Amino acid sequence: MHLGRLARLELTESEVDHYTEQLGQILGAIEAISDVAAEDIPPTSHPIPVVNVYREDVALPGLDREDFAAGAPAWEDDRFLVPRILDEPA
Amino acid sequence: MSDASLNSDLVRQSAATLATAIARGEVSSEQVTQAHLDRITEVDGQVHAFLFVDPEASLARAREVDAQISSGVIASPLAGVPIALKDLLATRGVPTTCGSKILEGWIPPYNATIVERLEAAGVVSLGKTNMDEFAMGSSTENSGYGPTHNPWDLERIPGGSGGGSAAAIASFEAPLAIGTDTGGSIRQPAAVTGTVGVKPTYGGVSRYGIVALASSLDQAGPCARSVMDTALLHSVIAGHDPRDSTSINAPVPDVIAAAKSGDVRGMKIGVIKQLQGEGFQSGVISQFNASLEILAGLGAEIVEVSCDHFQYALGAYYLILPSEASSNLARFDGMRFGIRVGDDGQHSVEQVMSATREAGFGAEVKRRIMLGTYALSSGYYDAYYGQAQKIRTLITRDFEAAFAQVDVLVSPTAPTTAFKLGAKVDDPLAMYLNDIATIPVNLAGNCAMSLPAGLAPEDGLPVGFQIIAPAMADDRLYKVGSALEAALVDKWGGLLIDKVPSL
Repeated sequence: MHLGRLARLELTESEVDHYTEQLGQILGAIEAISDVAAEDIPPTSHPIPVVNVYREDVALPGLDREDFAAGAPAWEDDRFLVPRILDEPA
Repeated sequence: MSDASLNSDLVRQSAATLATAIARGEVSSEQVTQAHLDRITEVDGQVHAFLFVDPEASLARAREVDAQISSGVIASPLAGVPIALKDLLATRGVPTTCGSKILEGWIPPYNATIVERLEAAGVVSLGKTNMDEFAMGSSTENSGYGPTHNPWDLERIPGGSGGGSAAAIASFEAPLAIGTDTGGSIRQPAAVTGTVGVKPTYGGVSRYGIVALASSLDQAGPCARSVMDTALLHSVIAGHDPRDSTSINAPVPDVIAAAKSGDVRGMKIGVIKQLQGEGFQSGVISQFNASLEILAGLGAEIVEVSCDHFQYALGAYYLILPSEASSNLARFDGMRFGIRVGDDGQHSVEQVMSATREAGFGAEVKRRIMLGTYALSSGYYDAYYGQAQKIRTLITRDFEAAFAQVDVLVSPTAPTTAFKLGAKVDDPLAMYLNDIATIPVNLAGNCAMSLPAGLAPEDGLPVGFQIIAPAMADDRLYKVGSALEAALVDKWGGLLIDKVPSL
């Protein structure tokens, strides 16, 4: 349940039971990696070295606002319209 | 020639043959495109490779390319040839769902770089292909829009996640397709459909406009029925892109010349000891070994190579991938694009996000998001994600040591042939094992090809042969692949796909 909240998934009770069992199985199968002694091994986050890439400081056309509006679930006054962000109704 | 027989002839041609005929004016791109659209109408009800087709738009584009060609402009060696695009590529003005209900009806405001390159090359899009939701799966059964069926046996899986792309080319609905490969999603579908697929070197093909699954593993690549067609498509889509910060700024290896050469004399080929034996179907091993004998007969030296840490690759992958995916998929929150659920003016933004994601995501996506959220949570980070990153280093070192001894490594692409739809759909661990031979390549970022090795004697289904090369040595895949393919074509009297039952 807690994991569902962290992952922003409103799970049903039967889902919680089902996934708890499956995630347990998956983690059990994965755990073998802890058998490898790797204290001195550097971690790899990326297959090639990642460096910052800059482009010329020249203004380029952006994407069309109308296109974003068309794809938005709710749109008002040239902005995305979202539900209230505070927990209690105003 | 009647329309029907011309059409059936056109859809069975290679992309190279079609491009030559179009360039010479023997047939128009419009005719070729129409033939494939007709084929889609005829068989896609059974195969379900496509999520979206827009025949009028495809034909209009084909006519534009025809006009260019008649004015003397031949944009590329694939000008006028149709293609199918995995529904993970952003296509301006064309629906892009990633196989997910959460993006149902979304129209991207821009094109992926690959899509722009294909357009510039005069390649004509036929539509978008089915896939496991957000590329998570090995069977396309995780699509929110129903599974794709394998043309070799409609009751079996076409592989995944790019099962739609592979099935489209295996059923002659398209001569070419684009796939993406995060842990095997190009190669495993190629293996089980008797087609060819390449995962290029990480950074070899731009990721701009490809909806991200796991950013450090994802790579788009070419799918086709022959090694040469795959090379032609590879050369069109590959190369540096300033819009992708991980794009490699170096010349693309000459994959077309390599596919033409097909000479393996004096090459050293390493068989990966850890990727055979237990868990591999007997017919997969027998066809794999027969291919090895052919390569030895062509003058390659075959040796066995041990990659000791590959046994931990699956475990490391199923921590790294979900970790990256849980972060990447956080953007699907129902606020800026896609569906929104439960916004009744009472519920808060957090509640609407959770309800939207609960309704929009399928089971496998939820599993992996939760797994990643767990692996990245404080207290578990070092034991899971941190340790997995170290294993990743050890696997990369295994490859480096192996490539100090041999030019390429080989293994079966997948441990089994295509299994029945439904057989593993709610058994994630069994499903994950399909990618046991393909995952190490993504972790290390080098390149690999799957091509048909033959049919397993016990079930008559295609077996895939995997060739792995070092980063930026993609040309070696094509050299070895074309040598093996040419020998097999001699033996069979045609490509393996010619044996696929008619639909």
